[in-house]
Amino acid sequence: MNFEYTPEQQAFRTEVRQFLAESLPVDMRERQASGKRLVAADITRWQKILHGKGWGSGSWPVAYGGTGWNAVERHIFDEECADAGTPLQLPFGLKMVAPVIMKFGNEAQKARFLPRILAGEDWWCQGYSEPGAGSDLASLKTRAVQGTDAEGEHYIVNGQKTWTTLGQHANWIFCLVRTGTEGRPQEGITFLLIDMKTPGITVRPIIMLDGEHEVNDVWFDNVRVPVDNRVGDENKGWTYAKFLLGHERSGISGVGRSKAGLKQLKSLACRQPGDNGRPLIEDARFRDRIARLEIELMALEITNLKVILNEDRHLPAGPEVSMLKILGSEVQQLLAELMMQALGPYALPSVPDMLMPDWQGERLSVNFEPRDAGHAGAYFNLRKTTIYGGSSEVQKNIIAQMILGL
Amino acid sequence: MDFNLSEEQVAIQDTLRRWLAKEYGFEQRRAIAKSADGFSRDAWARYAGLGLLMLPLPEADGGLGGNAVDTMVVLETLGASLALEPYLSTVVVAGSLVTDLGVGALRNELLGGIASGALLATLAHLEPGVRYNRQCVATTARREGDVHLLSGHKAVVLGAPSANQLIVSARTSGVANDAAGITLFVVDPCAEGVTIAGYANQDAQRAGEVKLSNVKVGAEAMLGPMDGALPAIERAIDRGIAGLCAEAVGIMAALNAATLEYLRQRKQFGVHIGSFQALQHRMVDMVLATEQSRSLAMLAAIKADSEDPAERSRAVSAAKAYIGQALRQVGQEAVQMHGGMGVTDELMAAHCFKRLTMIDATFGNADHHLARFSDTLLVS
Repeated sequence: MNFEYTPEQQAFRTEVRQFLAESLPVDMRERQASGKRLVAADITRWQKILHGKGWGSGSWPVAYGGTGWNAVERHIFDEECADAGTPLQLPFGLKMVAPVIMKFGNEAQKARFLPRILAGEDWWCQGYSEPGAGSDLASLKTRAVQGTDAEGEHYIVNGQKTWTTLGQHANWIFCLVRTGTEGRPQEGITFLLIDMKTPGITVRPIIMLDGEHEVNDVWFDNVRVPVDNRVGDENKGWTYAKFLLGHERSGISGVGRSKAGLKQLKSLACRQPGDNGRPLIEDARFRDRIARLEIELMALEITNLKVILNEDRHLPAGPEVSMLKILGSEVQQLLAELMMQALGPYALPSVPDMLMPDWQGERLSVNFEPRDAGHAGAYFNLRKTTIYGGSSEVQKNIIAQMILGL
Repeated sequence: MDFNLSEEQVAIQDTLRRWLAKEYGFEQRRAIAKSADGFSRDAWARYAGLGLLMLPLPEADGGLGGNAVDTMVVLETLGASLALEPYLSTVVVAGSLVTDLGVGALRNELLGGIASGALLATLAHLEPGVRYNRQCVATTARREGDVHLLSGHKAVVLGAPSANQLIVSARTSGVANDAAGITLFVVDPCAEGVTIAGYANQDAQRAGEVKLSNVKVGAEAMLGPMDGALPAIERAIDRGIAGLCAEAVGIMAALNAATLEYLRQRKQFGVHIGSFQALQHRMVDMVLATEQSRSLAMLAAIKADSEDPAERSRAVSAAKAYIGQALRQVGQEAVQMHGGMGVTDELMAAHCFKRLTMIDATFGNADHHLARFSDTLLVS
């Protein structure tokens, strides 16, 4: 047993760090450093830069243009990106629909979609949840009926998807739709790839509690989808969706981003005053809460690496992904909460303009830097992490059934 | 980076586990707990035979040259059976002190005795009135010619009633809370002026209050440098804490297994109580807390041998602080889920709960170590 990275892994870390130092555009770096918001264009731009280096996807096999990195290398890459403050690579195309296309799609679909995902040319969003199908996803009702017209075989899709993250920027959506009502609910589901520009699709913003436009409702009104856009077999979509579950273990816990966040929290607690005017970090009660968080994160980092090394040895993911999701999301929430609380009374002002890239106004106070304007909102917003992607309660059901046999 | 045990470690684990399953069942343990010593001399001889007692001692001294990861494997396995032998106090803590500080005949005698199983030794260091403060030593060593006269009171000394040698810290210079001025002496518990009020602990292990009144010790009984023993004491206790963390993980895993089994077989309202979601999710929380505890116990074991005291104590305190909370959660929940049976003396669960709780109270509880860890944030 040893916890040291090999010399090769350390060299890889150096290589990543150097690349990031040279390649992260100065304007993005400055916005990130001052706590300003990144914009949608940053995400696409960053993906194109990574693609230019040949690092468009750390998890795809080389055959599809990925790096072929192992899980430890992906972990190192994630950590370095977090530390450098790069934009996140969107998971919807790279980590969600792409593995399904690789595993179950036909050659034409692979050739058509995968290169554009890697190059940052398509923006994908996910059409899983519905107003009546959240944790009970298999009860989804969006209908797809097969038919034929002059232009060929197609599906006509009707229904509503919701919680569609960043769907306002997307040009493609992958959907689970109902094609059968016989048997168990899981048995009549089909996996469709739908062009967002197709007539009949309406996107309506859902504003989050922090005022952000992050998710959407998407309506389908007689939307015509060519049968060529179906992945795999009709009525087998649930199997493909489940394949995704536990496909990608590195990254789910968000350890890299949380470690970077902890650094920011400590720096914030050194900048902010305590009741006696001394730095807040000297307040033992607040410091102990940071300490608790750091210890939890130290444990999670090792737990995460244990799972990641299992991935490299090709053992089944099982419920470990559920474990990392639960633990990782709790750490993210606690981090956001302490960032907000470190501000004391300056948790109160809501001035989202200060986060905008072009904000040039006057600061409200020496204790309220532009970057601090985002902390309370982030606390509110990040309550989502224990809810999305399978709530903590659903994850615990999975663990209880799969590990504990209850 | 490798999180797996070596082949030798797996072999130790398997052999010890098989032996404990056969010879250290619940009823056998109960009888051992009630015996005069409170532990099994046969088991001790067996551990010696398996090489466990010489495991962490240097090869040059006839040991196996193992590290804290090796003792982690042993203590985790002993923990799962709630073994009562003084492995931690003799092999891990006293072994560490003698390895770090001992020279000449004293070193040979002590390490040889520990390795063979003939010698039970324990550190008598912490004192009444200062809880877990390792630096506050009021016990005095007054020089008189060629000898020192030791006087003072050592609190809750683990394994004291059976110890053949006490390793006593005493102040040879400075005042009570000075880091410098602490010296270790090897004291025969039968020497004149030594009294040991022994007792059973809540977890059935044995300890005692050691009182010294003008106990005469010669220069040959001094272990390590005059006035400079604290760093080695800190290291030995940190290694002890890493060992306690490993033991706790072994117990928590065993307790989870017992609780899970109970949830599967106990029926109420016509169904297994494990079918209730109210219990399932709490059981999952116990498993997650144990997994996180295991991660930190591994970290503590890897860093326990570190030459850098800051790095070592940071990892060890992180582990002890986290595990102190996790063992409370796992212990309390296990008892709760066992229902009325959980609060009787008849099930292993209650005994696991008691030992876990006492682990928290040993060498600094969760609050103490949270503070120790937290204060490192001020420096960084």
